[in-house]
Amino acid sequence: MQTVPLNYYLILSAIVFSIGVIGVLVRRNLIAVLMSIELMLNAVNLTFIAFSRFLGSIEGQVAVFFVMAVAAAEAVIGLAIVISVFRHRQSVDPQEMQLLKW
Amino acid sequence: MHLPTLIFFTLAAFLIISSLLVVFLPNVVHSALALVTALLIISIFFVVLQAPMVGVLQVLVYAGAIMVLFLFVIMFLNLTATEPRRRAWLSFAGLSALLLGGVLSAMLTQSEPAADPVAATELFGSPEMLARSLFNDFVLPFEIASVLLLVAIVGAVVLAKRRS
Repeated sequence: MQTVPLNYYLILSAIVFSIGVIGVLVRRNLIAVLMSIELMLNAVNLTFIAFSRFLGSIEGQVAVFFVMAVAAAEAVIGLAIVISVFRHRQSVDPQEMQLLKW
Repeated sequence: MHLPTLIFFTLAAFLIISSLLVVFLPNVVHSALALVTALLIISIFFVVLQAPMVGVLQVLVYAGAIMVLFLFVIMFLNLTATEPRRRAWLSFAGLSALLLGGVLSAMLTQSEPAADPVAATELFGSPEMLARSLFNDFVLPFEIASVLLLVAIVGAVVLAKRRS
């Protein structure tokens, strides 16, 4: 059975990654920004798996395993920071976090 | 157009639509549900690409654990008010994302490897093969990942704890 070519998967993951970038830029809610980052990580994972399949090497899948572990840690720490920020200023708008802005 | 390509395009269309919904739905809970859909479709792609173990992990860890955490925090903070949108940023973001997508596609598709080098064996992508690679060649990163998870647990407790 003929399979779908590699390039299709690569272009699809590039599109999904770009959509995630839009989310990081336009959303004004920290949780939505974090979700967009998760979307970008998943687009990269799709690239890893596609290359692993088409190059016949298992290392891509191992890389995805580690990306998942790091993404879980990132989500936990990010959401803890969101809770902590919300306690301080009753808002999750990243535009209001400009204490370091000169 | 033969059947695998048709299925691919259907799933790809659903994936793009659900990722657009993640980004553009005003309510965060709806975005989270759209993200669950996107993650499940990506896990289908993983299974199709002979990575069944990673696909199962995707459903368990991402669509299961991480998204439950997201929904828990959304409901914990009770963010009912929909956010104002950054209208001025939208065109800039769309333009830069378009540019980024074009550059990424061009760079990624530059090198075309051999058409179909992996014979569809039962072994490739199985838990056994993944574990063999993980515990032979990648033992040190595996242990570092476990330390990272421990640090994340401690950090989350310290950050989210109420100051007394």
